[in-house]
Amino acid sequence: MSKVISAADRYKAGVLEYKQMGYWEPDYQPKDTDLICLFRITPQSGVDPEEAAAAVAGESSTATWTVVWTDRLTACELYRAKAYRVDPVPNSEDQYFTYIAYDLDLFEPGSIANMTASIIGNVFGFKALKCLRLEDMRIPVAYMKTFQGPASGIVVERERLEKYGRPLLGATVKPKLGLSGRNYGRVVYEALKGGLDFTKDDENINSQPFMHWRDRFLYCMEAVNRSQAMTGEVKGHYLNVTAATMEDMYERAEFAKSLGSVIVMIDLVVGYTAIQSMAKWARGNDMILHLHRAGHGTYTRQKSHGISFRVIGKWMRMAGVDHIHAGTVVGKLEGDPRTVAGIYDVLRETYNPKNLEHGIFFDQDWASLNKTMPVASGGIHAGQMHQLVHYLGEDVVLQFGGGTIGHPMGIEAGATANRVALETMILARNEGRDYINEGPDILQRAARSCKPLQAALDTWKDITFNYESTDTPDFVPVATAVA
Amino acid sequence: MRITQGTFSFLPELTDEQIKKQVKYCLDQNYAVNIEYTDDPHPRNTYWEMWGLPMFDLKDPAGVLMEINECRKAYPDHYIRVGAFDNERGTESLRISFIVNRPAHEPGFRLQRTETDGRCIRYTAHAYARLTEARNAGSD
Repeated sequence: MSKVISAADRYKAGVLEYKQMGYWEPDYQPKDTDLICLFRITPQSGVDPEEAAAAVAGESSTATWTVVWTDRLTACELYRAKAYRVDPVPNSEDQYFTYIAYDLDLFEPGSIANMTASIIGNVFGFKALKCLRLEDMRIPVAYMKTFQGPASGIVVERERLEKYGRPLLGATVKPKLGLSGRNYGRVVYEALKGGLDFTKDDENINSQPFMHWRDRFLYCMEAVNRSQAMTGEVKGHYLNVTAATMEDMYERAEFAKSLGSVIVMIDLVVGYTAIQSMAKWARGNDMILHLHRAGHGTYTRQKSHGISFRVIGKWMRMAGVDHIHAGTVVGKLEGDPRTVAGIYDVLRETYNPKNLEHGIFFDQDWASLNKTMPVASGGIHAGQMHQLVHYLGEDVVLQFGGGTIGHPMGIEAGATANRVALETMILARNEGRDYINEGPDILQRAARSCKPLQAALDTWKDITFNYESTDTPDFVPVATAVA
Repeated sequence: MRITQGTFSFLPELTDEQIKKQVKYCLDQNYAVNIEYTDDPHPRNTYWEMWGLPMFDLKDPAGVLMEINECRKAYPDHYIRVGAFDNERGTESLRISFIVNRPAHEPGFRLQRTETDGRCIRYTAHAYARLTEARNAGSD
């Protein structure tokens, strides 16, 4: 417990422990309007975990390293973040889960930049901690309501596309660099005609010497429109409008709109404010906004330090993106099944109950914000369709880049193989079959009347990516959960 | 050409038995099933004609199949689709939609290009394309 000291002593010039400054309040009852963070802290050896927790609370709110008398001109007790609980992390010696509550008045309405400047602004470089990770965040309804949320959302996206009852299918054009606009559009056309709903620019396709952006947009929209006429379906290509300045991004987005595109895309590296600006633009222009999470692995992957991707997922839903890459479980990129399930939950549900097995530490009411469509991309193929449907469900975009373009019979055949595999699996699931165990058999039967699917199954039958996950929840079903 | 709208258009035509199983799935989820038909399958023709109201209180897939067959009898050369509505908060929309009848001949679409400023093109897809036009879709 922190020592209770008089105001006169509290504000004597000098250095005090953060606990004594009022940032550790073990009796604090969080208010419904508080924003609550769950940090994983690894204190330097010899540092008391409660003092470390108080330091995090202090440095992410009002404190500086020394006492300042000007605090006394403010309602400082309100503005102080309060660390109120510290639990040891299960099966770990030097890590602690710390609960910190922040008053609503600390944050500007509707601004991810302001919220994150407080919560992750200075504190991650703090010397008294070896490592620090933001694991989860409870956003109060009062604050949630100040955010626009997804420009279109899952329901409106499906209604605009007239596509229901199954995951959507996409592919990223490959090779990601070097194709001319004309050749690039060929890949788009073949893939869409073959049965995909979407194709996608890669994160680093912007406007380079081999293909400038206007050329790409024009050829891609020719491909989109012709494939629509050939199939009778609405199709889309995520035109990446990521650029050096906001002015450039708006110019590209306006051009995409003028050509009739249903969707544009941006990269996470453009920054939170640019993302919110584009989400506002997308809402105003009936556009679906796709976000590629370029760069996130630099701070989300290691369990000891950084930010969990489920927190990034929450922020991006608030910021207003309609699509976000969120893991595949079975593909080539990091993705523990339970961790990925937690991320999908925060993107797609209207209410998240606390679920420690999925890494969700708080109940979260989404206050009627639209839902964000997760995108599964990276090293997945038709032969895994039963697992993909099982782990990821129905409201997801499955993106088979190599799994479409690398098909031995060509891009159109690759697309058809994926679509047939998907529709077959949904049909079987709805019929009540044990599709997870019978999956390979269900696919083989469908392949009898679909040569492209047979070729896909033969080509990629042994491709799996079984590596140990680095980002896993600490609470397994059998453990006695401390929370 | 074969129009590939709907949840199962890449599979062989569903048998009545398969349709019944999908309807049962919808009813088990408490969705309201409805039937719609059209002769204009343009991808942005949202409102097909309703074959009666959504069957909110119906519990038996056989009843839905009977209605599908009545609709097929009345409109054998139209597109007919089965949809299912979910009224849960946060969805309140269709949860599945699949085609259960097609015309014997699907003429497809003619893609009309209008050149505008710069190299921009305005695209319009016309339904009811004649067969010869469908073969040359996109080439005018």
